[in-house]
Formats: sequence, structure tokens, C-alpha cells
Amino acid sequence: MSFIESEKTWYPEGVTRCGLGKFTGWLGVLGFIGLLGLVSMLWIFYRGIGVTGLDNYFGFGLWITFDLAVIALGAGAFFTGLIRYIIGVDELKNIINLTVIKGFICYSGAMLILSLDVGQPLRAWFGYWHPNVHSMLTEVIFCITCYLMVLIIEYIPLILEQKQLNKIPFLHNLAHQMHVVMPLFAGIGAFLSTFHQGSLGGMYGVMFARPYAFREGFFIWPWTFFLFVLSAIASGPCLTVLICGFMEKVSGRQLTTYRIKSLMAKIGGTMLLIYTVFKYLDTWAWINGVLPKAGLTFDQMFYGLVYGKWLFFTEMVLCLPLPVVFLLTPLRKKPAFMYSGAILACLGVVINRYVFTVQALAQPVLPFTQWQIYTPNWAEWLTSLMVIAYGFIVMSLSYRYLPIFPQEVGLNKK
Amino acid sequence: MSGHSKEFPITWGMVIDIDKCTGCGACMASCQTENNIEPQPEASNKLRSTSWMLVYELTNDKAFPNHDIAFLPRPCQQCGNPPCVSVCPVIATDKNEDGGIVSQVYPRCIGCRYCVAACPYHVRYFGWYDPIWPEGMEKTLSPLTSVRPRGVVEKCSFCHHRWNLAKDAARAQGKNPDSLDDGAYVTACVQNCPSGALSFGDLKNPKHKVHELIKSPNAFRLLERLGTNTQVYYISRREWVRKLGDNYLKSE
Ligand code: SF4
Ligand code: SF4
Repeated sequence: MSFIESEKTWYPEGVTRCGLGKFTGWLGVLGFIGLLGLVSMLWIFYRGIGVTGLDNYFGFGLWITFDLAVIALGAGAFFTGLIRYIIGVDELKNIINLTVIKGFICYSGAMLILSLDVGQPLRAWFGYWHPNVHSMLTEVIFCITCYLMVLIIEYIPLILEQKQLNKIPFLHNLAHQMHVVMPLFAGIGAFLSTFHQGSLGGMYGVMFARPYAFREGFFIWPWTFFLFVLSAIASGPCLTVLICGFMEKVSGRQLTTYRIKSLMAKIGGTMLLIYTVFKYLDTWAWINGVLPKAGLTFDQMFYGLVYGKWLFFTEMVLCLPLPVVFLLTPLRKKPAFMYSGAILACLGVVINRYVFTVQALAQPVLPFTQWQIYTPNWAEWLTSLMVIAYGFIVMSLSYRYLPIFPQEVGLNKK
Repeated sequence: MSGHSKEFPITWGMVIDIDKCTGCGACMASCQTENNIEPQPEASNKLRSTSWMLVYELTNDKAFPNHDIAFLPRPCQQCGNPPCVSVCPVIATDKNEDGGIVSQVYPRCIGCRYCVAACPYHVRYFGWYDPIWPEGMEKTLSPLTSVRPRGVVEKCSFCHHRWNLAKDAARAQGKNPDSLDDGAYVTACVQNCPSGALSFGDLKNPKHKVHELIKSPNAFRLLERLGTNTQVYYISRREWVRKLGDNYLKSE
């Protein structure tokens, strides 16, 4: 059997895939982008992060925005897992594998970027060795690393189910046993993920000397803690729907029923509605409480184009009530509305993470300082693109070789 | 506001008379040499250069003849309720009983820069590159302060090593190291300020000049209303300067 023929025996049962040449071409393009990023990554490790566009004013920039956004959008995994295994919405089994892979990609990608972002990567483990229990970042370090392990544990049985691997009795049994304990991991994952989504928000909310980000709160948690959790579980399922839709478009095959995607979109929309209510209350309290107490006004929070009010209104109006309507009313039955609702919800969370990381630092708190502009440079862009390319590669390989869509065969019968 | 202030029996503090400061920058230069701050390869990029002590120029934004300027030297404010300390994931920075000086432990810092984000005074500096001393210049390095590698955050420590020296000197003279004479321990910037704009001492010790100075009606602290409770005080007889020290709303 030639290699091209034997490659076909690796496909999941009963599906068709594009030719190997086409697939290799696709991987080649992604691999090239990944390689550029890899080279910049090594360069950064060698020269230090002085090669980036970050500075003493903007200790946080594109990387952290990217991390926060990716982690929020990757949240579909824990929340879908929770609904599927703990609450028992069985239908979601048709999309759960996709969310697990997405979660794995998002978290491992974020970890990669984080290892670049700390000035002393070799000391990254100090978070475990000398933890400061008062720091939200300590909690983030703990939860993110543990949760990535949970995601790996959830991903492994999927890999073991690959047709050829599954023929090996040991691996077959292992996959089976792992599936049995999956609800346990879904529970642990949900717990860990909720906490660090919250702590990521808490990280900004507790910066009491930065009135753009500071929030009063409940017990030790500033409101941003809860807002970040809510926005993550709202946008996570939306991204899953978008990825699924995108994969269907690219592969030309139907992978799940519209009903499943619509259910995910509805879950996302419901969470978005709850989030919208709290976000509006929070913004009101911020404008009327936090800002005047700090001697600042709403207008002073915005500047020029990159820090303009348009960001605020896009996030608060275009990306909250509008997608809620698209995702929660019968409009959802039309793909155009469902997908644009999902896109807006994801865009909203990206803007939110951007303003909390960059605008919060750009906004002058000392009255005699000025707004500063931050522009990420090639080193940050290339490494971020590398993570995106890496995500596409993992997803492409998984789709090609792993049986991740239980409905695919049935839906594509001629 | 969140967090809580810590109080210590000895509280080292600085009082800066803005009306006396001429903006000459001697404090910046002395800090630079005292604390082994590397010569800046690209000092024109103010957002990348390191300067634990920085002199800001303030203006009242009025046209001539009412135009007025002032200079404001800015060391680490050694906040009583430091926004930077509680956020550090690895306790690389801490506020302990050491005279209320916020410490920075370089070998422990992982360089996450969360403290940089949390400090509103911009006093924390990150080492973007490996420090390099031009040949011959390494001889000027002070043995009293550690040299920082790249990738960690550093900041003003009120020349903490000088306190240790002063305590040793007091012990040698049979004096109480916990109650130093006024002037027995001062920072490099205070020592070298030609116009006498800077004073340093134990804010809680009635024998120290700063103890009185901070009671002046013209004394104020930066961003007082945020609740950082700093140990650096400023003095100015000009109202616009005092008002500029905090974010005053037009209505106030
Ligand atoms: S001035 Fe900044 S670095 Fe110094 S103690 Fe206050 S918050 Fe920390
Ligand atoms: S940069 Fe260093 S001192 Fe600052 S928060 Fe991170 S580990 Fe702590």
C-alpha cells in the first residue's frame, strides 16, 4: 500500500477527506507562519523582551490582551463540559469534542505566550514555590496550569479513539476508562476554569490605584471577577459555533446539525443577557462611584482613536444587546443572524480584554502625565500569529484523523 | 479602598519642597550612580529608560505673564497601602517592618510586570536588556547594591543599604540603632540635592525634621484620595501645585 493509500486508513470510519497534497499545502502555509513565530520566539528568549514594543508604561500589551481574549473564548470547553456532563444536556455530546480541542488549543497557546511574556521564564515555577496567596495572579498561575492538565486529560481519549490507535487493545481500554471518569474531570475543569476566569478579571479589578480598571466588590472579589466569568461563558460557546461553522465551510461537509449549533448559540446568548445586565450595572456604578471618588470623569477615560469612546460604545451597545437579540429570538434560526450574533459576542469580549489591559494603563492617573500610545511590534505580532497557526494546525489534524463529530457520517450520506 | 495600610514604629519618609527644586537633576544622577543603574543605551526613549528618581516638570497651563512651572522629583512613594505588593504572585516585593520601605527582591522576581501595572506613580522599571557597562565603567559599580539582570522589575529602595550602614555606625558608637539621629541615614538624592529641596528622616520620630515638615498646611501627597497612603510628602506654597498633586475635579 502506498503512503497516500495508507494515510486514508487513518481517517475516522466512513468519512471522506481532501487529498493529501491539498492538506499538506494547507499545513505548509500554516507551518510557515508558525516557523516565523518560532524564530521570533527564540530571538525573544535570546535577547529578552526588550525586542518587543512593550515599555515601562505598558508592561501589559498585545500578548496579555491576546491571552485574556483567547482564554475567555476558550471557555466554551469548561462550560459546555459542565452542561453536558453535570447538568446532563446529552445533545451536546455532538459538539463537546470540538470544545475540548478548542479549549486545549486556547490554553496551551496562552501558556506559550505567557512563557514569553515573563521577563524570567526560567523562574515561572516560582508561582508555586513562593506563592503570594493575596495575589490574583497566583490563583491564575495555579488554575491555568492545572486546567491545562485537565484539558490534556480530556484530549487524550479523543486521540486514542483514532481508528488505528484504537485497534490496540490497551489503548482502546484506556480510552474507555478515561471516558468513564470524564464527568469528574469536567467537574474539576469547571471549578478551575471558573476560578481563573474570575481571577483574571480580579487581577484588574483589584488595581485600586488604576481607576479605569478598579472596581469595588463582594468580599475579596472585585466585580470584574464575576464579569469576566460571565463574559467568558457567554462568548466561549459562541466561538465554538463559529469554529464549527468555519470548519463546515472549509471542508464542505456538514459536521453537526444546525440544531446543535443553535443550542450552543442559545446558551451563549442566555449568558450574554445575564452578563449584559451586570455589565450595565457595573458601568453605571463605575461612572458614578469609582471615577468621582478618584477625582476623574468619564470623559477623561478616553483619548484619540485607539483609546476612543467608540470602543466603549462598540462594546456596550453593538456587542451586547444586539447579539442578545440575534441569539435569543427566533432570528437565531437564520444562519446570518446566528453567526453575526456570535461574531459580535466574541468581538465584545476581545474589546473588553483590550481596554482592561491596555487602556487601563494608558489612562493617565497622575494628573501631570499624559496619555501614551502603545503599538505592538513584529515580535509580538509574529508570536501571536504563531499561536493562531498552531491552533489551526492542531484543529486541522484533529479533524482529519480523529472522530470528533459523531454526526458527520450520518449528515453527509449521499 | 481595598487593601490595608501597614504601620511601623520606624517610618522612613521623604519630604520634597517643590518650591525649592530647580529641576537640576542632581538627585537623578546621584541615584543612578549610587544604585548601579546601568548607563542607558537609548535614553531618548523615556518609556524604556530606567530612572528610579525622576524629575517631572509641572505647568499651570496659563499664558504669560501668569505662566508658572514647578519641578517634582519622584522616588518610589513607599506607599503605606502599596498597590504593588498585594498583586505580586511570588512576594518579590513586600512591605515589611523595615522602616516601611517597600522592598524588591530581584532574584525572586519573575518579571511579570503586574506590579508595574498596579503602581500609578510609574516608579517601577523593568530591565528590558542585559545591563552592560562600557569598558572601564564597571569600576564605578558600588559594592553595596546588587546589579540586576534583565527581565526583573526594579525600583527605588530609599537607598536601603545606607540604613544598614547607619545602624552599624550607631552600634559602633554605642548608640541605639533603632533611634538614629536626624541625618544619620539619608538617601543619595537627599544628600546631593544642591538646593536643599529634599529632606529625609523617620516620620514618626519627633527629633527628625521631617516629622514637623509633614504637618505643614502646604504639605500634600500624590494621589492622596486613592488611599495609597504614601511615605513621600511634597510641600508647595502654590495652590495650583498642591491641586495638581491629586486629581481635582473642576467642581472641587
Ligand atoms: S510608589 Fe509604586 S512601587 Fe512604590 S510602593 Fe507605591 S505602588 Fe509600590
Ligand atoms: S514583576 Fe516581579 S515584583 Fe513585579 S509583580 Fe511580577 S514578580 Fe512581583
